[in-house]
Amino acid sequence: MFEQSLEFFTEGLTLAGMVLFRLVLPLAFMFGVGWVLWRFFAPEAVPQVKGARPESFGAFITRVRELPNLRVPVLSSGQVLALFIAIMLWIGATGFLIARFFWGLETASAMSDAMPWGLWIAFKLSFVACAAGGFTFAAIVYVFRLEKYRPIVRTAILTGLIGYTVFIVSLLIDLGRWYNIWHPIVMWNPHSVMFEIAWCVMLYTTVLYAEFSPALFERLGWKRMQKIMHVITVPLVIAGVVLSTLHQSSLGSLYLIQFTKLDPLFWSPLIPVFFFVSAVAAGLALMMVVPCINARAFHCENKQELIATLAKPAAIVLGVYFTLLVGDMLVRGELRTLMAPSAMSALWWVQVLFGIILPMALLFTPQAKSEPRVRYVAAGLVIGGVILERFNVALFGFSEYLGSLNTTYVPSFGEWVITLALIAGAVAVYVAAVKLLPVLPQPRHELAAKPVKSC
Amino acid sequence: MNNQTTITRRDFLKLSGASALALTALPAFDGQALAGFLGSEQAANQMGILIDTTKCVGCRQCQAACNLRNNLPPLPEKILPNQTFPAQLSATAFTNVQFFQTGGAEDAPVFTTIKRQCMHCLEPACAAVCPVGAIVKTPLGPVTYDAEKCLGCRYCMAACPFNIPKFEWDSANPRIRKCDMCADRIAAGELPACVQACPTGALEFGPRKELIAQAQARIGKNPDKYVPYIYGLSAVGGTSVMYLAAVPFDQLGLNVNLPDSAVPELTLQVMDKIPAIAITVALLAGGVAWWRGRKTRAGEPESSIEDAEH
Repeated sequence: MFEQSLEFFTEGLTLAGMVLFRLVLPLAFMFGVGWVLWRFFAPEAVPQVKGARPESFGAFITRVRELPNLRVPVLSSGQVLALFIAIMLWIGATGFLIARFFWGLETASAMSDAMPWGLWIAFKLSFVACAAGGFTFAAIVYVFRLEKYRPIVRTAILTGLIGYTVFIVSLLIDLGRWYNIWHPIVMWNPHSVMFEIAWCVMLYTTVLYAEFSPALFERLGWKRMQKIMHVITVPLVIAGVVLSTLHQSSLGSLYLIQFTKLDPLFWSPLIPVFFFVSAVAAGLALMMVVPCINARAFHCENKQELIATLAKPAAIVLGVYFTLLVGDMLVRGELRTLMAPSAMSALWWVQVLFGIILPMALLFTPQAKSEPRVRYVAAGLVIGGVILERFNVALFGFSEYLGSLNTTYVPSFGEWVITLALIAGAVAVYVAAVKLLPVLPQPRHELAAKPVKSC
Repeated sequence: MNNQTTITRRDFLKLSGASALALTALPAFDGQALAGFLGSEQAANQMGILIDTTKCVGCRQCQAACNLRNNLPPLPEKILPNQTFPAQLSATAFTNVQFFQTGGAEDAPVFTTIKRQCMHCLEPACAAVCPVGAIVKTPLGPVTYDAEKCLGCRYCMAACPFNIPKFEWDSANPRIRKCDMCADRIAAGELPACVQACPTGALEFGPRKELIAQAQARIGKNPDKYVPYIYGLSAVGGTSVMYLAAVPFDQLGLNVNLPDSAVPELTLQVMDKIPAIAITVALLAGGVAWWRGRKTRAGEPESSIEDAEH
């Protein structure tokens, strides 16, 4: 009897501890930080009479809601269709996620002991590569001080921020013991590439949120916070550049140790360098497309003449990437493998011809300066090429190895649904952020009356 | 806006040249620490298992003992003769006896049996890649796993050159599962369960250097019986589990194309450079930011950095 009650007591204690440490403390921390921010920085925004009570929370919320342009938009039929597809994806993903979190990864994915990393990893690598625009443009504007790019730097940082947030969400889905995701903070294995990536991604996501926070403070009118951010922006950006350099390349280093499994066409000792250079190319390419989409979707100023100046730098980055790739092939003596017809060499050629050479040629032409269409095609090819490279390394390059084990990997329906739902979620968050916060070059209400330039 | 200088191409080239030079000059340790351990007395004294496939009769008693010790589902009563069962290692089978036809005719095949399990590498890839150190090479020799630390990132599975770590795909709290050489039994001075169960002496447990000496003695005594190699002596820098056989090892499903260098070295060469790269990039970026910002500081009106051009 006594033993039973003791057991009951210890179990109750454990449960209470779990609730305390996993629920109460984090929530208290979040609300505490929020309260401090609001209490000390919000009052500056409203004209204050000395000695008056600080703004109440209700008044604060009302003030935020009454800020301009927080109104429900009227949707076009295309937007309704997009929303319908997104909602269907989210419903499907919710179902698969419930199954995955209650009955294990096999219910939602086709991954196996032979192929422990699947579509989600390839997707994560692609997403983070495209999110490299965040650190590239932050460096261009705050380190190299090329002020003319300032109008699009917030857009770039927002794409980075959303890319990394989606990366972390998809990591939580992918990790078997996701509730231990914080372990690398206290359990160290500095020899592990994954450890380094965990730290870099964690820190860099924080840096991205901090870099983006001036948009939020500007919207809320928190002048003191804006001043603080003003002082620490350059150090923050430098930290972001360092962290990005490290983990963009380290994501490639993940595959160094898998040399017995990855196809020799895609395994290379230079793979970290490839990942870094191609991420910069993808970031630049994404920022050649996104401002135009912004102009069409949100009726903001179209910065075409500014975007046009990105063509040549992007082409040069592609040239560096191409030189490295081919040089590496020559040094490693894989040229013969490249000439032999196989699925792998075909993938390599598609990536190099359509993802590097063709867009590089397009971007070097004078039309790239004058014709937006040329730039969009080139940028699309670059992004597609970089995504193909990530998929080659993370998925396709393992097909021969899987064949030797008499098995194969085809992503399951659940993996696709969750991936597409995450992409839809990223787009939704982007749209919401652009509508709610001062991200775009010019507030849309000033330009709303003007005719939209076609891109 | 008008107070900003534009970076010239020459400036840019100068900078990129400088950074390229700095990167090539970075110090790297080239995995010296690893090489030091592999040849050491400590590595030679670690416990290991020598598996002599010429003595193995394929009775699967090692499998039964392993399943019992690790609370895995027991083997079925009847298993078809001359067949590997289960066909593959899994989260519920840390070891299996694999059957390979190595001779005989179609109607009277001759099988060689080989017990497969975790190789307990001297420099394990799984332990090197684990971000939280959930997998470690213990000083006694076993490579062990701690589920309490594990994130479930499965990098150990991706990195292992022998495909040993397995994952509980059907669990909400999945663990990595693999042989731990009965680390608790070894620490208590007992034999691993499989070694104790083996009725023919095909499994030999002891310090690695003694096992190597014994294996060399057996090859020396019966040069006609054995192929003159010890599998695991040098593959991936050496493993604690080693094999002797009468037929070439590639006929027994073992990868004979593995390098003799420790697998984690590849990654370490890169990881060792990271602090230097971080410092170089930080100094370069800081220097450029300072240099490019000098005009702004020299009294010209400063445009607020955070005010995006609205």
